[in-house]
This record gives sequence, structure tokens and C-alpha cells, in this order.
Amino acid sequence: MLLASLPFYQLLSFLLLITFGKKLSWQLAAIISVSSMALTVLASTILLFELSASENQILNVNLWHWFDLNHALGKSQINLSFYLDGLSAVMISVVSGVGFLIHLFAAIYMKSDENFARFMAYMNLFIVAMLILVLADNLVLLYLGWEGVGLCSFLLIGFWYHEKNNVLAARKAFIVTRIGDTSMAIGLLLLFNSFGELNIAAVTTLVQQSSHSVSGLSVEQTNNIYWIALLLLGGAVGKSAQLPLQTWLPDAMAGPTPVSALIHAATMVTAGVYLIARMHDIFILSPEVMNYIAWLGAITLLLAGIAALAQTDIKRVLAYSTMSQIGYMMLALGAGAWSAGVFHLMTHAFFKALLFLTAGAVIYALHHQQNLFKMGGLLKKLPFEGSLFVVGLICLMALPGSSGFFSKEAIIAQLWSSNTAGPLLWWCAILGALLTSIYSCRLFFLAFMGTARFSDKTHSEKNILLRSALIILALLSLFGGLIPLDLTLVFPTELAASIPEILEPSWLHTLAILTPFIGILFSWFYFKKYRTSRVVGSEYNLSASESRLVVFCRQGLGFDSLYSLLFIKPYQWLAEKNKHDVVDQVIMLNAWYISLWHDALIMMQNGSLRWYLAAFGLAIMLLLGVSFL
Amino acid sequence: MTTIPLFHVLILSSLLFLIGFVGVVARKNTLFMLMSLEVMLNAVGVAFIGAGSVWQQADGQVMFVLILTLAAAEVAVGLALLIRMQNKYRSLDIDLLNQMKG
Repeated sequence: MLLASLPFYQLLSFLLLITFGKKLSWQLAAIISVSSMALTVLASTILLFELSASENQILNVNLWHWFDLNHALGKSQINLSFYLDGLSAVMISVVSGVGFLIHLFAAIYMKSDENFARFMAYMNLFIVAMLILVLADNLVLLYLGWEGVGLCSFLLIGFWYHEKNNVLAARKAFIVTRIGDTSMAIGLLLLFNSFGELNIAAVTTLVQQSSHSVSGLSVEQTNNIYWIALLLLGGAVGKSAQLPLQTWLPDAMAGPTPVSALIHAATMVTAGVYLIARMHDIFILSPEVMNYIAWLGAITLLLAGIAALAQTDIKRVLAYSTMSQIGYMMLALGAGAWSAGVFHLMTHAFFKALLFLTAGAVIYALHHQQNLFKMGGLLKKLPFEGSLFVVGLICLMALPGSSGFFSKEAIIAQLWSSNTAGPLLWWCAILGALLTSIYSCRLFFLAFMGTARFSDKTHSEKNILLRSALIILALLSLFGGLIPLDLTLVFPTELAASIPEILEPSWLHTLAILTPFIGILFSWFYFKKYRTSRVVGSEYNLSASESRLVVFCRQGLGFDSLYSLLFIKPYQWLAEKNKHDVVDQVIMLNAWYISLWHDALIMMQNGSLRWYLAAFGLAIMLLLGVSFL
Repeated sequence: MTTIPLFHVLILSSLLFLIGFVGVVARKNTLFMLMSLEVMLNAVGVAFIGAGSVWQQADGQVMFVLILTLAAAEVAVGLALLIRMQNKYRSLDIDLLNQMKG
């Protein structure tokens, strides 16, 4: 019963906040939203215990019957029902736990905003949608949550809608993810068409039954599964900002920082990873698609790492790093290392939320300065934020002992001998880890070391609640790797473990562990300028390199202009050419033809008797003539 | 007395009919239109009489009497309308009566 009520605390709070809105004082609005979030955390903690106590590690609850779908194989019921197993348990603990801390942070961070209640209402609605997404027992309900988080993402990116850029970024995020969503919807339809079910558990059993049956899968079924997997991957790629739909994520940083932390780092962008992990039984049957996932993940991971090296905005560095970390998760999923991918999802949620929130605190302390080249020397001025940022970066770089280390090493360790990955992808992952440590160091040196390149006095937020939220996140990031994550019941078939005969060279693990240190060592010397910049008078300013290559990388490796050239420009050209709507013109020919007859007939009805008579006589002559002929 | 062939009668009748028709269409004066209408009716009457005499049947002449009465009735109504028209429009121009155009 507790499971059934999980999303409703937030829904209630959302309704309260959106109805009374500005009438609520800051205290009241903050108390409503944060306490409802606390209730969610409490409920999910109890649920976790209930889950581990239950015999088959699955909790199920049916709220009400939604609608029926008809199929040749029979009726399929679509219910509003929730399904909790190990995988969704991980997700609800991340969503509610990290969500709670971010709500707490946001309540203080956004205190002075005049639309505070609206902000918290959207955040609450987001949590509702996200919980529905991860708890859904059928794909239709999952799709509802999927669209719900997309909507909230749009609303929150464009939260400060007075600025045109924010609105454009919101629109871009909405449209680009919509492309993925459309692909996913088609995938769902195809899935229903070929299996007659949309209930996740039922689909899983059906797929397993037909693949284990004597005859195996028919050619048509194999083909269908390939397309279903590919289309679902399209949805995941859109939501998780992977190649080729990754362009919206850096722009989404236009939203308030808690939004970037909650939606665009910790939870929503990992929905794609969740989807693939949830439907892994379908993906297993299609090794080609698994291979695509691995490659997409690897390429995104490298491209985003390179782009992160050239950014000047602190939040955009983090955005690209999010893309690259999700690339790791995708790589893990593609290699069949399901639980490693989900584990990385969890630890990434912790440390990336921490990084974003600390970045938010830094930006706040610097009077909304986001440019890295206008920072510097912050470790001395903001020791609290600085040290927490270091914690976050350590986890991001996966230095031994941190949570990122456990999860990232788990992924890398399974790549070499995986069926669908292999040594080449392993090297990509290592290169990615190297890039990660380099851009992390660059970020740290620029923002926190050297000397201050700004003149205003910093004002650090000393609120105890805000600081405790950050500290809890830091502890989670440091020790989150020790959380035992047992997903063997959810993922009984780990592809990577299935072929032990491939020999792994003995230096693999050593190299994987050493890589971040190599990156740090490299950047220690390479970015010496950033680390040690000295003020000469008050004139000295460090500026970003403006060489063409750097600008190219800063703009996300030209994907935006490529898409503009490939899709937006031709579309605008067509729209320009078709201003008067060719199809409409063709249809209006009918109207023109009819009005022609109308005019002709009006001319005939001229009221002159003699004309009528003449016509009469002519017609009779005509008739007679015709009948004689 | 030589019999006139039916063909000649029909030629006369169609000529008369055509003259009457052209009169109806071409004349603007309503009175002349009525007169042309009479000519047309008489053309039909000639055809009936001719046919009756060729086939030695009384029906032709009976029809002609019918046509004569019809013409009398029509002229009675027509002339009454003409007087009303003269009263109202001070003219017998048929083209003035075109208010019912499309």
C-alpha cells in the first residue's frame, strides 16, 4: 500500500503549490514541498526494507484499471499499477534521496525568486513523473512518466522565461527529446504489434519463452526485435543526451542550477539508461543493437570529453561531463554489464548532483558569474564549497576509494571480454577516463586555484540546511560505492560473464586505475598557467584561447551547426518557399472552379424574359437535332 | 381542286412558327410579343388542319378549335397583365421586368 502512495505526496504538494502559488509565503511553500519530499524518502526507505524482506524481491500494486488494448492475440489490460524490483528500487532511492537533498538546497537557493512556489511546484511534478516512470509496470505508464519528465524539464529550463535564450534552450530541449520520444512510441507500437503485450513482466516472459522454445525465434520475430530494440534505443538516446541527439543538454544549463543538478545530471537524463536496463531481455536478443549502444556510448563519451576541455562556462563543463558519464553507462549496457551500468547511474547521480549544487553555490557566491576565466583562487575564498567540489571531482575522476571508482572500474573491467564490446571499446573507455581527469583538473585549476580574477566580494551562503544537504551528498559520493547493489535477480544473464575463455592481459586493471593519475599529472604541467596565474596590478586577466579548434570544440564539435545545415536550414527554406501553401492552392482550385460556375450561372439568370425564351428555343433545337442524329 | 401535299403545309407551318418565335424573342414591346405568340399558335393550328385533311380525320379540326379557345384565354390574361404593366411602368418594354434576376 505504501508503494501505491509513493508518487502522491509530491502530487498533492504540486497541486497545493500550483493552486495557491504566490499567496504562500516562502516558509510555507518550502515546508510543503520539502516535507512532502521527506515523506517520499521515508516511504521509499520503508519500501526498500519491505522489498528485501519479500520472498521474490518484487512488490506489486494495482491502483486501478486504465484501459484495454485489443490485439489479434487477445485483450491486453493497461493498468495503473506499480512494480518494484531491485532495479526500480535503485531508481526510487536515487530519485527520492538525491531529489530530497536537491529540494532542500533549492528551497534556500531560490529563496529570493519571486516565483518560488511555481519553481517548487514544477520540481515536485518532476519527481511525480520520474517516480511513475521508474515504478510503471507497463510501458504505457512508463511512457506517461517519460513524457511527464520531458515536460517538467521544458518548464524548468525555461523557468526564467523573461530571457529569450532560456526559452530557446527550453524549446530546443523539448524538440530534440521529442524526436527520441517519437522513435520510442513507434517502438512501443511495434512491440505491441508483435507480442500483443505492453506489460513489462509479460513482455519479458513472452520474449524469453519464444527464444527458449524448441523452434527458437522465427526470422520475422528476430527482425521485429531488432527494430524494437533500435527504436527504444532512439528514445533512450534522446532522453539521455547521447549521440546523435545530444545537442540539447549543454543548452539546458540555462535553467536554474538545482534543475541542472536534479534533472539534467542525476535523474531524468539517466531515464534512457533505465529504459534499456528495464527492457534488457529484448536487447539481449539483438546483439547488433547492443553493439550499437556500446559504440554510441563510447563515441559520445569521447566527444563530450573533448568538448568539455574547451568550455568556459562552469555549468557547461559539468553538462558535457554528464553526457560523457552517461556514455559510460550506455557503454556498460551495450557490453551487457547491466548492473555495472546501473551502479554507475547511482554513483553518478550522487557526485554529479554534488558537483552541480556546489557549482551553484559558487555561482551564487560570485553574483551569478559562470565564466571560469572570471573565477580563480576560490579554494581560499570559499573553502567549504571548494573542498566539496574537490570531493565531487575525485569521484568524477574515479580516484581509488571514491564511489565513481567502484562503478567505473566495474564497467571498464567487463568491457574487454564482452561479446558485444571488446578491446577497442575498452581503449575508448580508458581514453575517456583520461579526458575526464584532464577536464576535471582544468576546471579545478581555473576556478579554485591561481589568483582571483574578479573584484567583487564573495558572499557565501551559510545556511545550515543548505550546507547539510551538500555535506550529505558529499558523504554519499565518497561512500556510495560501498552500497551493496545486488541486481542478480533482475539481471540473471550477464553477457560479459558468459565467455570466460577470452584471456585478459594482466595489465588491464593496473592501467585502468592509473589512467586518472596520468591525466592529473599531465594537467598539472600542461595547465600550469591556470594554476599559478599571478595578478600583475589589477590588469591581469586570463582569457580562453580563441583558436579555431578551441572554438569548434567549445561549440560542441559543430553538431549544432551541422544540424542547422542539415535540418533547420532546408526546413526554413521549404517554409519560405511554401509560404502560400502549395497543397492549399491545389485544394483551392476546387473552390475556384465552383465559383466560376457560380458566376456563369448568375449571368444566365439575368431576369430578361427574352433571353430565357431564346435559350429555351435553342435548347429545343439542340434536343431535336440530337434526337435526329 | 389539287390537293396540297402535307410537306408544303408543314413548311408553311414551320415558317410561321419561326416568324412567331423570332418575333417573341426579338420584340421588346410586350404587345407585339403577344401577337407573335398568336402567330406561333396559328402555325401549330395550320399543321393540325393540314394533317387532319391528309388523313381525313376530324381530330385535326377539333384540336384547332381547342387551340383557338386556349389562345383567346391566353390573350385575355395577357392583355389584363399588359394594362397593369402600362399602369405601373408607363411602358410596355419587357426588359423592365427583370427584377427577378439571379
